[in-house]
Amino acid sequence: MARQLIDQFAAKVPADKRAAVYLGTKTTHEKRTQMLLDQFADPDRLRQLAGEIKQHVLENLDTYLPQVEAKLTANGARVHWAATGEEACATVLQIMQARGATKMVKAKTMVSEEIGLAGYLEKHGIEALETDLGEFIVQIDHDHPSHLVRPIIHKNRREIAQSFEREGLGVYNDDPATITRRARQYLRHKYMAADVGLTGANFVSAESGRLLVVTNEGNSRFSLAAPRCHIALVGIEKLVPRDRDLGLFLNLLARSATAQSLTVYTEFISGPKLPTQPDGPEEMHVIFVDNHRTEVLASDCREILRCIRCGACLNVCPVYRQVSGHAYRSVYPGPLGAVLSPLLAGGHFADQADLPKASSLCGACQEVCPVNIPIPDLLLRLRDKAKREHATLAAAGTPPMGAWAILASQPVVWKAALAVGQIMDYLPLGLIPVPALRAWTARRTLPGWRGGEFRKWLKNRNKS
Amino acid sequence: MSDSREQILNRVRAALAPLLQRAPLPEWERELVDLRGTRNSTDLWALFAERLKAVNGTPLTTVAELVALLESNGWRHGYCDPALWPRLREAFSTAFTVETDFDRRRIDDYQFGITAATGAIAETGTVILSDRDTSRRLGALAPWVHIATVRRDQIFADLTAAVAALPVDPNVIWVTGPSKTADVEGILIEGVHGPGRQITLLMAG
Ligand code: SF4
Repeated sequence: MARQLIDQFAAKVPADKRAAVYLGTKTTHEKRTQMLLDQFADPDRLRQLAGEIKQHVLENLDTYLPQVEAKLTANGARVHWAATGEEACATVLQIMQARGATKMVKAKTMVSEEIGLAGYLEKHGIEALETDLGEFIVQIDHDHPSHLVRPIIHKNRREIAQSFEREGLGVYNDDPATITRRARQYLRHKYMAADVGLTGANFVSAESGRLLVVTNEGNSRFSLAAPRCHIALVGIEKLVPRDRDLGLFLNLLARSATAQSLTVYTEFISGPKLPTQPDGPEEMHVIFVDNHRTEVLASDCREILRCIRCGACLNVCPVYRQVSGHAYRSVYPGPLGAVLSPLLAGGHFADQADLPKASSLCGACQEVCPVNIPIPDLLLRLRDKAKREHATLAAAGTPPMGAWAILASQPVVWKAALAVGQIMDYLPLGLIPVPALRAWTARRTLPGWRGGEFRKWLKNRNKS
Repeated sequence: MSDSREQILNRVRAALAPLLQRAPLPEWERELVDLRGTRNSTDLWALFAERLKAVNGTPLTTVAELVALLESNGWRHGYCDPALWPRLREAFSTAFTVETDFDRRRIDDYQFGITAATGAIAETGTVILSDRDTSRRLGALAPWVHIATVRRDQIFADLTAAVAALPVDPNVIWVTGPSKTADVEGILIEGVHGPGRQITLLMAG
């Protein structure tokens, strides 16, 4: 029986990496829980409320999207719409070419990973440099991020030091402080030389058109302080109704993601810089990206679009902790990715239809989710979809059910099996030479055979 | 591009059309997001100072302390907001080189930058900078040390109050402690792209 792809991958994860991912995720998860419980009277209500607000936005996007477009335009930003990932990439390229720009600094944005922006721009002769330390290391290694918030949770300092040496960023030194200093020194001149700073947005207020961008390192701020043009790539689901709601989401985001009260830099951007401000972008573009999101909106899994990419569900997930991010073969790992990736795959759903099976349905993901997404339910809906669409990948690892089907659908066979089952009481199970079975029976005894009891009970009940 | 706009909005409308009813917008009480033990605080500077220290920032109440700190670390070359400099200059000895214009071509020359904050948030130890009040985005960002000046009457108790008072300004940034990362093996390192030292100086009136 072929194993699931994710199991095959998990079997190859080296023990030290598995331990690092396990420890990193577990620590963050525990701190996050402690912090929410210590600081708020009713943190669970907060999550539910945030979920209700996002659900409201999703179900009213037809109103909010034109509203935010009008606000942003009035604030002096240019709004673009991209139906597909390719169109979003092409739009970025056009904006750059119109300015004669060849250099971009990029803050971390998941949607740019999703559409493969950096690779696309490089093919067109544009330097598109990742500036988040983790993403920078991913980029020089031609690797992929393995966690939403901690992209290089799968790498150790020795590997990073080797990459730096190879890239000419100093002789081998695996001290994390030295690694960070070297990146600082290298990147600060890149910001100054770049024409365009690209960011995502964690939230966008429909009321004011404010984009909210958070980072700890300050790379997004630098990307908006040195370059003269700002491009923001924003998924159409990122809206919140009012500025006031931004406060609610800010209270939840950093605590859920990294167990901080607030990220170090929390930036509200509603347009190009003031004329009196010497630094920052004179030109601001906001690209709203669909790329299959409207299909998700039309599906019975639309709740997944509430996601604020905090990573809490990854940190708590017993499967993610064992297999780590690359096992999900997509930009979005963990329980979130198991739902979102197959949906965003559009016509290629079948290629990722196995991901929703990578879950024990324990429910921990929903319990920690700051927008209370019913992830276990969505996983079940996608399993059902995979079955209906005969996705073969999803079937791997499933025990053949043929024999069971005969047994369960033919009363005569069923009755015979029940009678034969009594033999179990007399078999010396401990002597069967299968190690797993032996280990199991060495400490446990099977209960006595009770096959047929229910039928007897039902019969008697009907008589009386 | 406008084709895509119509296409996306049409798809959104089509996706939502089958919904019998749409989820309402819930109202919520600000008490829900009150942090335990924050709002009863009367001395907002004291609370701010405590929380700033908790994120490895440095609260100071006199210019003399600031000058001593800079001196003891050998940070003698910096940038200062031209509007602030007349009030600070007499505390700085001639050993310092302080420029009131920031030269983009020499960002590595500045060891510290002094700029005015628009406000602060006590419960999180956050300073608020904006395009209107902060002389230079780069002056507050590129040097190793950033000093933000703030007045008592500019301090908000909590995040909710600060959001409610967001100024009309294209760019507002909240800064909570020094720039930091834990990307390498989860080890905390400060001073990644932004300042490694974040100081707030309390100014009178
Ligand atoms: S699904 Fe929920 S917990 Fe997971 S990343 Fe998204 S918001 Fe966070």
